[in-house]
This record gives sequence, C-alpha cells and structure tokens, in this order.
Amino acid sequence: MKLSQLRPGQTGIIKEFTDLEMSVKLMEMGCLPGEPIVVERLAPLGDPMAITVSGYQLSLRMQEASTIILQR
Amino acid sequence: MNGDLKVALVGNPNTGKSTVFNALTGLNQKVGNFPGITVDKKTGGCKLPDGRHATIIDLPGTYSLYPKSKDEIIVFEVLADRSSPEHPDLVVIVSDASNLKRNLLLYTQVADMKIPVIIALNMMDLARKSGIEIDVEKLSGKLGVQIVPISARQGENISRLKEAISYASVIPLQNDTIEVEALAPGLIDKIKNELQVDKPYTALQLAHQHENLHFLTPQQSDRIEEIEQEFSFHSQKAQASETIARYNYINELLSDTVSSKQVREEETVSNKIDKIITHKIWGFSIFFVLLFLIFQSIFAWSEYPMSLIEGVFVWLTETAHNVLPAGVLTDLLTDGILAGLSGVLVFIPQIAILFAFISILEDTGYMARITFMMDKIMSRVGLSGKSVVPMIGGLACAVPSIMSTRNIENWKDRMITIMVTPLVSCSARLPIYTVLISLVVPDKKIAGFLNLQGLALMGMYVISIVAAVLVAWVMKYILRAREKGYFIMELPVYRLPRWDNVLLTMYEKVKTFVVEAGKVIIAISVILWVLATYGPPGKHAEIEKKYESPAYTAKFNPEEIELHRSSEMLETSYAGIIGRAIEPVIKPLGYDWKIGIALITSFAAREVFVGTMATIYSVSDDEAHISSVTDKMREARNPETGLPVFTLASSFSLMIFYAFAMQCMSTLAVVYRETKSWKWPMIQFVYMTALAYIASLIVYVILK
Ligand SMILES: Nc1nc2c(ncn2[C@@H]2O[C@H](COP(=O)(O)OP(=O)(O)O)[C@@H](O)[C@H]2O)c(=O)[nH]1
Ligand SMILES: [Mg+2]
Repeated sequence: MKLSQLRPGQTGIIKEFTDLEMSVKLMEMGCLPGEPIVVERLAPLGDPMAITVSGYQLSLRMQEASTIILQR
Repeated sequence: MNGDLKVALVGNPNTGKSTVFNALTGLNQKVGNFPGITVDKKTGGCKLPDGRHATIIDLPGTYSLYPKSKDEIIVFEVLADRSSPEHPDLVVIVSDASNLKRNLLLYTQVADMKIPVIIALNMMDLARKSGIEIDVEKLSGKLGVQIVPISARQGENISRLKEAISYASVIPLQNDTIEVEALAPGLIDKIKNELQVDKPYTALQLAHQHENLHFLTPQQSDRIEEIEQEFSFHSQKAQASETIARYNYINELLSDTVSSKQVREEETVSNKIDKIITHKIWGFSIFFVLLFLIFQSIFAWSEYPMSLIEGVFVWLTETAHNVLPAGVLTDLLTDGILAGLSGVLVFIPQIAILFAFISILEDTGYMARITFMMDKIMSRVGLSGKSVVPMIGGLACAVPSIMSTRNIENWKDRMITIMVTPLVSCSARLPIYTVLISLVVPDKKIAGFLNLQGLALMGMYVISIVAAVLVAWVMKYILRAREKGYFIMELPVYRLPRWDNVLLTMYEKVKTFVVEAGKVIIAISVILWVLATYGPPGKHAEIEKKYESPAYTAKFNPEEIELHRSSEMLETSYAGIIGRAIEPVIKPLGYDWKIGIALITSFAAREVFVGTMATIYSVSDDEAHISSVTDKMREARNPETGLPVFTLASSFSLMIFYAFAMQCMSTLAVVYRETKSWKWPMIQFVYMTALAYIASLIVYVILK
C-alpha cells in the first residue's frame, strides 16, 4: 500500500521507497523504513498531505507520497 | 585579525540557528553576499570570555550536506574549501534537543569532514517541557565533542556556549561515526590521492557533488567523473546506504542517552490550530483577510511616512536652491542626486511594513501553512504557495515584494515570481490611470450605480493580475529547472513571534535595499537628469537668450516665462531628441514625441509621467494640479492632423503600456540585487517592454 492511499487519521509503517532519489531526501527528513507515519490532514484542495513522522510534521505532494510503500 | 576565530553555525532549518546567531553577536552583524548564489551571508562579531574575537557566520539551514537547492551547496563548499575566506576554524552544530535523531544526521556528516565541531543543544526548554531527558555527558563522551545545552530564545546558557567556543580544540577530536570507506571502496582512496584530499568523507562528497562545486577546476571535476566510471559509482545508491548507515549509528547513540516520557504537548496544540488554519472554509477566509490586511497596511500606513520623506526632500531641494549659488552643480545635487536619494528612501516605509508581516508569518510558522494550502493552485501556473504574498504585495509596490521572494526555496518558483510580480498593478501606476481615465472615460454611472471611471480602473487591475498569471504559466514551460522540484517541506510547530526579531528583519531589509539597490537607483537618476537637462550645445543657449529678450520680458511675467522656458528646454534636451527619435516606433501605438519624452523620463518611476506631462504642457504647480494637466492634455492637438493627441484609443493604449512595461528603475535595481546578475533584470525589461508594445498596439488598433 502507498502512503498516498491513506486517509487523514490513518497510520502506517514505512517499508520502502520506489524512487531512489526521492528516498534519500525523504530519509534525510526523517522518513525512515520502520518509522510509523500518521496522516494528519490533506490541504483544502486535496493535495498536498500533512504527515507526522519521527516527531515532525511534514508536508508532501500526493505524487511524492506515492513513492512511499507502507508495510502490509 | 590575528587570534581571530572563525565559527560557522550549521543546522537543520528551524532549529534556532538565527536565534543563536543573534544571541552571540547582538546587533554587531552584517549582511553580505556569497558569490554565485542568492542567500545572504550573515556574519557577526562576538567577544569570547578569553578576550579573543570570534567571527560568527550563519549558514543556510539544511537537512544534510547533500543539497536540495542551489543555495544549500554553500554549506558544503564553505566546509570543504580550505581556501574559502569563510572556511571556519570551528563548526557549531545547532540542533533541536526536542528531536535529536534527525538533527544528528547532519552532525555526523560534518563530523566526518574532520573539522573541529561542538554541538549547541538548542530548545532545551521545549525538550524539558515534553519530558525528554538527555544524558548530555554520556552523549558527549560517546561522540567525543563538547555539547552545550541552551535555550537561545530565552538566552539560557549562551555564556556557556561562548566559553565552549573559546575552549574548543583547534584539531578535530570527534570520534568517527560510520565506516566511510566501506561506502565506496577504492574510489575514495583514489580521489584522496589524486586530488590531495586528506579526509575520506570529503573525498566521497566530492564524488557526489563535483559537478556543482565552484572551487573545483573543470579538469579536477572531469577526473573525478572518470574515477567514478572506473568504480561504477552510483551516487544515489551510495547516498541511500550512507543515510541508512548514519541513522543506524544515531539509533545506537541515542538508545541509552535519550529517553522520552510523553508525547510532545506543543505538537497537539499545533495540530488543533492547524485544524482551523488549514480548514477548507476557515483556512481560506483567514488567509484572505490576512492578505487584505497586509495589502491595506502597505498601502495606507506607508502613505504618511512616504509623503513625509518626500516633503523633507522637497524642503532640502528648495533650501539647496536658496543657499547654494545657481548653477550646474547645484542642479546636479538637487535634481539628480537628491531626487535619486528621495526615490530610494521613499521605499523604506513599504519595505519595513511588508517585512514586519513576512517576519511574523515566518516566525509563527504560518508561512508554511500558506504554502501548504496554496500549493495546488499555484503550482499549476508555475508558482509556489509562497508566491501569493509577494504578488499581493505587488499591488502596493513591486520593490519590497521582490525582496520578499527570498523565502521561496525553489529556484524556478522564485525566478518566476520575481519575473511576474512587476506586472501586478502597483500604486505608482494609479496617478497615470487616474489622469488618463478622467481624460477619456466619461464620469457617468451605468445600471444606476456602476461608475464608468471606476469600472475602467478596476479593469486595469484585473488585466494586470491576469497578465501576471498567464506569463507565469508560460514561463513554467520556458524556464529550465535547476533542481528537481521537491516539495517535501517541514510544517514547524506554531510559535509566538518575537518582536525584536521583527524589528531586526525590518532594519536589515531596509538597510540592504538602501545600500545595494540604492546605488543603482541614484546612478540611473543622475543619467536621467543629464538627459532631461542637457541638449546639444548652442540650442539651449539660444532658448535662454530668446526668453531673456525684451520681446518676452515685456509681454509675460517671470513665472510664465519660466514655465515656457523649461518646457522648451525639455523639448530640446537629449530626452527630447530621443523622444523624437523614437516617435516612428511609438506612432503605431498612437503616441507623439511628447509622450515619448514622458516614456523616457518616467523610467525613473512611473508617477514621473504626470510631472513630465505637466512640464511639457507647461502647467503650473497649483492646487488643481492634476485637473489642469488633464485640461492641457485634452486640448493637445497633433500639429499635422489637428486631431486631439489623447483620444480614447491612444489613452487606453498608453494605460496598457504602463500596465505592462518595466517602467521602474527601482524594480530593475532590486531584481539585480536579488538575482545577483544583470541577466534577469534585462530579460525582464525586454519581455515586459515587448509585451507592453504588442498589447498597446492591439488596443490602439482595435479602439481606433
Ligand atoms: N522554545 C524555543 N524556541 C526557540 C529557541 N530558539 C529558537 N526558537 C524559535 O524557533 C524558531 C526558529 O528559529 P530561527 O532562529 O529562525 O531558526 P533557523 O531557521 O535555524 O534560523 C523561532 O520561532 C524561534 O523563536 C529556544 O531555545 N526555545
Ligand atoms: Mg535562519
């Protein structure tokens, strides 16, 4: 399942990434395999999404969120 | 400078680097440039407890030494390039104690470059409040570096940080973090040997970043490329495994040194605020009310101080004329230099007000929410969520607005915002619109309540915004992106603004503008003065003589003579000659050479148009200034055809011209200052003039 498929309020655990270049940036900002992610909300127009991961709130576009694969 | 210590502050964004910087340096700071990039270089002085002097430099915030934007490269460059004048003797890593894990990633990278380093563990107040306990001594022992827990905002332990800086060793003592050589076996050694780099991690970084580093020669860069081929080095894979290795190391570090008892309370507060602030309806309502407030303030609050500044200069000019002997030098001083200076200083109120707001929006964390809410719409047309504030500010004045595009991280988004902001109708166009509209649009109501003149004015504003959006959309396809457009952005927790920081930002921005853009503005102002004052030798003397002759002095009073004389002088000046020279070019737009003169002189600032019209049609500066210009302009006839000069067609064509043309030297100067090159202001000047020409031509042809 991809992160972009989660609804606000849902949680997941990062498993892996589909885009190598993006994955480096995501990891640097705290999105690491094994970290739990909470989707806090979507922007009023549905994109981007706000997530909480490793104690930070990040905002990322749906297209970027779709490169994050969640466990199960 | 002997005994001086150079200290660089490095850290993630929002960890309080600037706050630490201010706490260390006080007001003793200055803003300069890094060559080739647009971030400001902030340096400041700090007296250390042992009597030595330290130069502190605030580097841009970054999550890692692998840059996400062009501006972030400077961090690695400064640290890696020993010959750089900014190369520090000591790095202070500013990190957020309430969330150490991610902050330590950057630390481990810097530590591996083997520069002496200490850690300032900032935001201790927050960490304590959220029940995070850090065994500072143990962590310090594991890393082999000094760690100073501080709360920069409260000024807590700043003196201890200064002590730590003065005691810091001159050789790097930190422990190794990860096994760097294992990340690219062979390659690192080869680069180390061939380029005489002694630190393995620096060598690895060179392999990753050589294409973008200014301090490498092309030969060195090519050689690195060859070595990479030889070892089939894959930059992104190597970065990914490095990052994972670093986090493993950090997890091990933190496992027995940091414990946290409860969730961060502030974050849930932030979440509650966000529910409202980014709400579909409330979010946008609050945002638009805020934009309206900002716009109103720049517009209304700056009016009084601006007219005060102008008043002071009028007084200065008059005094100078009275006190100094009449002559060229006095004229140069008053009409060239003082006029230019006034043209610079008059922007201070608007810059100060806009940056007070921007500083509050940034400090509180609201700016990130604006980006979050607006990203979807704005990215469609090639702009960023953060472009909204500069573009609304552009309704008042493009100068402060362009300066405020600094906080748009993405290079392409920032450039497009800079390019289109001057299209938004600013307050300086208002006098032109009012004069021309009152000239050709009847003061009548339609449908009982819609005033035709008001409607025409509103139309000009709508056109300007539509043009800005369209041009942005076109540029999105023309401009090549310099960096991959990541959007991933941190939404910082909400914090109260700090008023001292607001004041400091206002002061800094005003100072930068006056010092850097001011030079260009004064220079252009002097050139324009020369053009409008001097003409081919002989001609002017003839006119002087003519008006001194009894034929005139007997018939007219001195004031009338002066009016006609200055009008004729302007017509025969170089500006007048250029005006005539460009007449064939501007004739298709419906303008005569007199308007041509106004186009040239009003390059200083659009509002000069009205003044020039007044001089050309020699109206006196009485109460009913504008209406008398209007009258004269209405009467103006084309000497060949006998038809009025200002018809509906030519007036609208002129308004459209002023709406789109880059008729503002201050904006050009500030674009030069923000992009650090003449290339962008020139492109902007050319495209806007072309756009203005074509649009006015179309308008003229249709209305005629
Ligand atoms: N609670 C708290 N807030 C701080 C502290 N230091 C800085 N801040 C706040 O953190 C925010 C970011 O600070 P700033 O210096 O601009 O961070 P920079 O992006 O690293 O330069 C500001 O709102 C500061 O007021 C601190 O020690 N405690
Ligand atoms: Mg800062």
